[in-house]
Amino acid sequence: MNKYPLWKNATVIVALILGLLYTLPNFFGEVPAVQVSSVKATIKVDTKLQTRVEETLAAAGIQPTGLFFDPNSIRVRLADTDTQLKAKDAVERALNPDPADASYSVALNLLSASPDWLTGLNALPMYLGLDLRGGVHFLLQVDMKGALTKRLDSTGADLRTLMRDKSIRHGGIQREGNTLAIRFRDAETREKARGVLLDNQPDLELQERQTDADFLLVATLKPEAQKRIQEFALKQNITTLGNRINELGVAEPVIQQQGADRIVVQLPGVQDTAKAKDILGRTATLEIRMVDDEGSANPTVMEMAAAGQPPAGTDYYVERGGRGLLVRKQVVLTGERLTDAQAGFDSQTQEPAVHLTLDSAGARIFRDVTRESVGKRMAIVLVEKGKGEVVTAPVIRTEIGGGRVQISGRMTTTEANDVALLLRAGSLAAPMEIIEERTIGPSLGADNIAKGTSATLWGFLAIAVFMIGYYMLFGLISVTALTVNLLLLVGLLSLLQATLTLPGIAAVALTLGMAIDANVLINERIREELRNGVTPHSAIDVGYERAWGTILDSNITTLIAGVALLIFGSGPVRGFAVVHCLGILTSIFSAVVVSRAMANWVYGSRRKLDKLSIGQVWKPGVATK
Amino acid sequence: MEFFRISKDIPFMRHAKVFNVISLLTFVLAVFFLATKGLHLSIEFTGGTLVEVGYTQAADLEKIRGKLETDGFTDTQVINFGSSRDVLIRVPLKAGETDRVSQRVADSLAALGDNPQIKRVEFVGPQVGKELAEDGALALLLVIIGIVVYLAFRFEWRFAISAIIANLHDVVIILGFFAFFQWEFSLPVLAAVLAVLGYSVNESVVVFDRVRETFKKVRGMTTPEILDHAITSTISRTVITHGSTQLMVLSMLIFGGPALYYFALALTIGILFGIYSSVLVASPLVMWLGVTRAQFVKPKKDKPEGTTEDGACV
Repeated sequence: MNKYPLWKNATVIVALILGLLYTLPNFFGEVPAVQVSSVKATIKVDTKLQTRVEETLAAAGIQPTGLFFDPNSIRVRLADTDTQLKAKDAVERALNPDPADASYSVALNLLSASPDWLTGLNALPMYLGLDLRGGVHFLLQVDMKGALTKRLDSTGADLRTLMRDKSIRHGGIQREGNTLAIRFRDAETREKARGVLLDNQPDLELQERQTDADFLLVATLKPEAQKRIQEFALKQNITTLGNRINELGVAEPVIQQQGADRIVVQLPGVQDTAKAKDILGRTATLEIRMVDDEGSANPTVMEMAAAGQPPAGTDYYVERGGRGLLVRKQVVLTGERLTDAQAGFDSQTQEPAVHLTLDSAGARIFRDVTRESVGKRMAIVLVEKGKGEVVTAPVIRTEIGGGRVQISGRMTTTEANDVALLLRAGSLAAPMEIIEERTIGPSLGADNIAKGTSATLWGFLAIAVFMIGYYMLFGLISVTALTVNLLLLVGLLSLLQATLTLPGIAAVALTLGMAIDANVLINERIREELRNGVTPHSAIDVGYERAWGTILDSNITTLIAGVALLIFGSGPVRGFAVVHCLGILTSIFSAVVVSRAMANWVYGSRRKLDKLSIGQVWKPGVATK
Repeated sequence: MEFFRISKDIPFMRHAKVFNVISLLTFVLAVFFLATKGLHLSIEFTGGTLVEVGYTQAADLEKIRGKLETDGFTDTQVINFGSSRDVLIRVPLKAGETDRVSQRVADSLAALGDNPQIKRVEFVGPQVGKELAEDGALALLLVIIGIVVYLAFRFEWRFAISAIIANLHDVVIILGFFAFFQWEFSLPVLAAVLAVLGYSVNESVVVFDRVRETFKKVRGMTTPEILDHAITSTISRTVITHGSTQLMVLSMLIFGGPALYYFALALTIGILFGIYSSVLVASPLVMWLGVTRAQFVKPKKDKPEGTTEDGACV
């Protein structure tokens, strides 16, 4: 009766093998590696790059222990940290000849040292959270209202252009909070404008209003348009952050949406929070400034400026093409007024160009400045990493209205693409604010791992000693089941690549401490049955049978608490809950199925069984030996 | 080896009133401390900045406090964390101050010398803290509802109500301890509290399971006798299980370092009171709510004459 059917034994064995297989990578540790990824969207990581990296390493006399290629990066596994640093320098020099204009990010990383066949099975070590490996965690709140006002501003500019194109006279367009108000002289014009708007601006909801002598058309963004804009803003911000973080050279950054309006940024291994914050908060931006024509025409002034002493109130720049230029410090317009940037071609000269779209305020400023400065030169300065560069400095020939500006001049198509991308990526669609920050030093992380692991191991050991002493062979079976539980839990965590945090390790310990309950229940039941004079074989059977209902009930109540934590928990609590819930599931399996299988293997084949090794069974009224 | 050699059922129910009065007193005391002293909430809930700094030798807390004071930080809390070389600095959230606080604290400390190493920085904005508190409350609510519904479905509503009352009283007592000693109540502690809730309900379930089984199997025993019998026959398991779990938690308390200290402490209190309340509070409650045999033994009159227990008919 105490025999498992073949399929049950097979299930236990398969589970054990899988658990072992996926736990295995955690024992190999990690080896130093260098990771190469592209910083610019226009440059892809391809096999050509792989060959280049291989050649560079060979030229430097470095023998990599492995080279992995995936669509986003190339990872080179190296023997030790010395070679890692050497390899990083060599690759950095070869791929980024000009450090100021890096195309690739070359970062130090750690790769699993497990053999390739394990990695091939997707068996990876557990994914450690920041509190265990060290790094920075930011939670950013996106200002969605800001995204909407920004959009309304640019829509306002569009409406002005539209009205002019259709020659509809209006008395001004103004943004009032979340609405755009357009004034008209009479109801007729308003009706006409309404028709035009309905055709051209599907995102707007229009309402008519009348104050004094003005006929107003009040436009608001439709709810679905608002939702779309906000989603877009969030995506745009994530892209922007991604682009910026690329420059930090972080090996495995995590940039994820959390909830409707938040972004989580995790940078493992980064310690310099000030720098990280700087880069996250930085805007690679465009500045439009006026050229100091008189100064630029004066050779002595220019000589002084080139030597680092420009006249007060001006900056010295070298234009593309090598000519020096004095530009006034006063900024006419910044990239914040930019709503879009697209690469294209000049319609007349067919030169590569970048087409910019300004928002309403920007368009107005631009129109005013160009009207007042006809004949003068205007510099378009691209400010990147705190350094400015004059992209072009054209002469203003006529007033430019409508908020559409084109930058052209000595650019290649690739450069035009790059500038457009940078301007787009550089601008955040909506302002952001850091609402949560966590920095954990690498030594603290290692410390956390050591403490968490030793707590678990000592606790486990104490339980094992007690269980074996108290329940003898059945105690050993229980402890083995508990070991299997640990194995399955670690294997499952590795397989799912769930993030393991310090509370997660605590949950592993706690789960083991609680999981023993099931075995205690079973063993006590078996003893009780023996006490009642049942034969050993049926004591095992009935013991497991009766205990099962109780184990199920008690684990489900614990699971309810775990799931509630999983749903409502965030950060550390979530890490705890994930492990806790998984642990409950594995413990039901190992305590009931695995331990029973073992009891069956030990006792099942014995036809005549007088005694079970389950410690002393005391019977009331019977003297025990 | 066998710890428990009990030949007769222990008459727990005879002393039920005593147990419940003790419970009630502890509970009232816990509520009193919660109300008067309140919980010492971590910055995760209140918002603010926390900086953990490591020094090569024992740190002079007074000097650090003075320096921070002169640098314009008010209401900061400077304490040792784990060892005399590690210092934890908490800066409360103030209107207008943002995430730059940690940098300023680091600068102040660096100016003080002794080569401080920033080991950990946490900044939590005001909106996050409020959400966490709300989420915590919601999680607690969900656990309560989930457990009551499950127990009502598997057992009987009387069991569900008794179990949840007994175990909520554990939770309140843990919170009372945290309020009385002003231990820091952080997110991991909240997780521990909820885990304890699930865990001690466990305990009640084991006893209730036995109660149900005895009701079905044995005739002629009164309800208190059945409860006594159920508690007595599971007491060995109760103590051993809790002992094992406590071994693990003790190990966390000793080896887990300061990061896991309060987590383990909350679990310890929870486990100790869990045994007591789930056995000695929940069971009398069930009794007083009027549990009877009839609620478990299904009436058999709808089965035709001559059928066996499971409805088979020859």
